[in-house]
Amino acid sequence: MSQLDLARWQFAATSIYHFLFVPVTIGLAFLTALLQTAWYRSKQDEYLRLTRFFGALLVINIAVGVVTGLVQEFQFGMNWSQYSRTVGGVFGAPLAMEGLAAFFLESTFLGLWLFGWDRLSRRVHLLTIWAVALGTVLSAAFIMAANSWMQHPVGYTLNKSTGFAQLNNIWAVLTNPVFLWGYTHVLLASAVTGAAVMLAVSAWQLRHGASKETFSRSARLSLVVLVPAIIFAMFVGSELGVVEAKYQPMKIAAAEAQWTTCQPCSFSIFQIGGGNNDQVPTQIIAIPHLLSLLATNHWNGKVVGLNPLQSQYQSTYGPGYYVPNVFIQYWAMRVMAYSAVLVFLLGVWGLWLIRRKKIAASRWFLRAAIWAAVLPFLMNTAGWLLTESGRQPWIVQGVQLTKNGVSPSVSTLSVAISLAVFVALYGVLGIVDFVLMRRYARKELPAEAAGGDADLPIPAVQY
Amino acid sequence: MLWTGFFVLEGFDFGVGMLHGLIGKDEPGRRAAINTIGPLWDGNEVWLIVAGAGMFAAFPGWYATMFSGMYLALVLLLAALIVRGVSFEYRGKRDSARWRGNWSALLTAGSLLAPLLIGVALGDLLHGLPINSKQEYTGSFWNLLQPYGIFTGVTLVALCVLHGATFLALKTTGGVRDRAGALARRVAPVTGIIVLGFAVWTHVTAGRGVFPDLPEIAAVLAVFAAYWLVHDDREGWAFAATTVAMAAAVISIFVDLYPRVMVSSTNKAYDLTVSNTAAGGYALKVMTVVVVIFLPFVLAYQAWTYYVFRRRLSADDFGAAPVAAPRPSAAGGGAAVVPPNPGYPDARQERHK
Repeated sequence: MSQLDLARWQFAATSIYHFLFVPVTIGLAFLTALLQTAWYRSKQDEYLRLTRFFGALLVINIAVGVVTGLVQEFQFGMNWSQYSRTVGGVFGAPLAMEGLAAFFLESTFLGLWLFGWDRLSRRVHLLTIWAVALGTVLSAAFIMAANSWMQHPVGYTLNKSTGFAQLNNIWAVLTNPVFLWGYTHVLLASAVTGAAVMLAVSAWQLRHGASKETFSRSARLSLVVLVPAIIFAMFVGSELGVVEAKYQPMKIAAAEAQWTTCQPCSFSIFQIGGGNNDQVPTQIIAIPHLLSLLATNHWNGKVVGLNPLQSQYQSTYGPGYYVPNVFIQYWAMRVMAYSAVLVFLLGVWGLWLIRRKKIAASRWFLRAAIWAAVLPFLMNTAGWLLTESGRQPWIVQGVQLTKNGVSPSVSTLSVAISLAVFVALYGVLGIVDFVLMRRYARKELPAEAAGGDADLPIPAVQY
Repeated sequence: MLWTGFFVLEGFDFGVGMLHGLIGKDEPGRRAAINTIGPLWDGNEVWLIVAGAGMFAAFPGWYATMFSGMYLALVLLLAALIVRGVSFEYRGKRDSARWRGNWSALLTAGSLLAPLLIGVALGDLLHGLPINSKQEYTGSFWNLLQPYGIFTGVTLVALCVLHGATFLALKTTGGVRDRAGALARRVAPVTGIIVLGFAVWTHVTAGRGVFPDLPEIAAVLAVFAAYWLVHDDREGWAFAATTVAMAAAVISIFVDLYPRVMVSSTNKAYDLTVSNTAAGGYALKVMTVVVVIFLPFVLAYQAWTYYVFRRRLSADDFGAAPVAAPRPSAAGGGAAVVPPNPGYPDARQERHK
C-alpha cells in the first residue's frame, strides 16, 4: 500500500470512529438538558435521577469524542500538508471558529455542570447543561461548514502567484446550500442517535431493572424526540440529495450505480453487479420514477449517467478517472436509507405502545429497542461514506485531487506507524468505553437520591 | 495584517502557556489533587486545540510544514494527550486499587510527555530544522532531537512541575498543601537554574548575543520570586509568579523567532516567516473579528469557572479510604457523598487571569 492509501485509510478509520461518538454526544447533551429542564420545572425527583443517570453516559462519551477530535485536527497537517497549505486559508477559518466559539463553551460548561451541582443555583446550573448542548451544536455547525466547502467550494479565489485558495467571502461559506441542508441533516441524525441510545437503555432497564416507572418517562421522552427527528431527517436528506445532484452529479449517479443517462429514472431496491468493473447490473427490484423524484424533485426528472459525466469531466479537468467507488456509494445509500426506515418503524411502534400504556410490558418491543441502538450508528457511518467517498477522487471538488493533497515529506513507514498506534489506541479505548457504558447503563438508580428536598445541596461529581 | 498575525500569535502563546501551566500538577495522583483541576483541565486542553486551529487558519503554510515535519513526535503527543484525557474520566469509574493505580500511572506519564514534546517542538522552531525551498521538511525523526530542543522540553517540564506545585499549594489544605509547598521550595532553585540556562541558550541560538532581553529576564526573575514567595507561604503570589515565568519563557521563544516562525537549517532564505506562511488578508481580518468578539466571552466564563471552584480542597473531603467516586449515578451507595462544604475562610486567592 502506498503512503496515499495508508493516509486515506487512516483518515477514514479515525473519522468513522470519531463520528460514532459525536452524534451520541450531540443527541444526549440535548436530551439530558431536556430532562434537567423537566426536573427544574416539575421538581419531580425522577427527572433529577434520570438527568444524572444519562449525564454519566454523556460524560463517558464526550471524553472519547474530544480526544479523537484532536487527532482529526492534527491529521490535516500531518498527513495532508499539501491540502492544508493550498486551502488552509479558507478551510482553517471555520475550524478556528469552532475552537473559539464552540469547544471552549462545551468543555468549560461541562466542567461547571459536572462539578457545580452544589455550588450553583438550580437555574444557573440548568443553564450550564444548555450551554454544553449549544456548544456541541455550534461545533457541528463549523465542522459542517468546513466539510461542505470541500463538497462545494464557495467564497474563495485562487491566488495567482501561489495557486493557494484564499477566502474572500465568509458569508458565502456559511450559507453554502450544501452546508445548510447537510448540517440540518446531521443535527437530526444526532437527535435520532441520542434518542435511540436513550431508548435502548430505558428498554433494558424496563426489562431488567427495578425503576420501571422512572424509565418509562425516559422511554417516552426518547420516542417523542425520535419519531419527528427521523421523519425530518429523511425529508432533509432527500433535499440534500437534490442539492448534491446539482453540484456533485457523480455522487448521486454513483449512489444509484446509474451508468447511462435516464429519464424518468427508477430506484433499485436491490441489485447485483453494476460496479466500476461490470456496468450492467442484474437488477432485481426497482421502483419506477423514485430516483427522478429523489435526485431532482420531479416525477420525470433526468439523471445524467456516470459514463457521460466521466467524458464531461475529462473535457473540463483533463484526462483522469473521475468516478467514485460505485459499490460503496450504492450500498452506503441503501444501508443508510433502510436503517432509517427501520428506526422509523420502531419509533412508531413505540409511540403506539405508549398511547396504549403498554410499553413496559411489551417484551418484544423492548427486546427490539435494545438491539435497534445499532441502527443509527450504521446509518451515520453509511451517510458519511456516501458523502465522503462520493467526493472522490477530489479532496476539494473541482479544486484539488485527493492524491495531490497528501504530505510530500512523510514516509510510508511513518504513516503506517501512526496508523498502527491509532488503531491500537482506539481499539482499547473502544473496549473500555463500551464496557463502562454497559456498566453504567445497567446500574440501578440510587434508591434515595439526594435532592428529594430541592433545598438540600446536591452532591457534586468528583473524579 | 502584521498586527493581525501578532494578535493570533499572542493568543497562541497564551494558549500554550495556559496549557502547560495546568499540565504538571497531577503527579501525586491523589484525588484531592486531581479534583483541584477536575473542572478545569478540559477547558484548558481546548487552548491547545484552538492554538492548532488558529495556526491552521492564520498560517496554513506554517501549520502544514510543522505538522508534517514533526510527524512521529506528534503521533506520540496525541497518544499522550488521549491517554491523559481519558485517564481523568475513567480513573474514578471503578472501585479497584489496581484500576486506579494503572490510570494514575498513565495520567502521570501522559502529563509528563506532553509538555516535554511540545517543548522540544518549540525549541526546534527556533533552532532550525532541515527545510527546503518549497517549505517541505527534509529530515527524519532524529533531526527533531537536538540538544537545544530537548533542553527546551526539559525547561517546560520543570516549569510545569513548579507551576503545578504552587497551584496545588494554593488550592488545597492540610497535608497535600504542605507537601506541595515543600516540593515547590525544593524544585524552585533547580528550575531557576534551568530557566537561566534556557534564557541564555535561547538568546544565543537566536543569534542575538549572550545577554538575555526582557521576557527572558522576566522568566528567570519570576522563578526566583516564586521561590521566595513560597517560602513565605504566600501561595497566591507564588502561583502568579510561576504563571509569569511560564508565559515569559514561551513568549521569549516567539519574540526571538519573530518575524520568522520556523527556521530552516538548510538555508536562511528558506525560513518560514509570518508573511510567507500567512493566509490571505481577508481571512486574517475575519479571524481577528471573531477573536475580538469571542475571546472576551471565553476569558470571562473561564474566569468565572475559577471563581466558582475557588474553594480549597482537602484530602479529608475525599474520605480516608478511597471509596467509589460518587459519580452521578453511582449505584448502591449513591448517597455516599461529600459532606457539605465547611467553607474555608482562607480560600481567598489570586486569579491568574
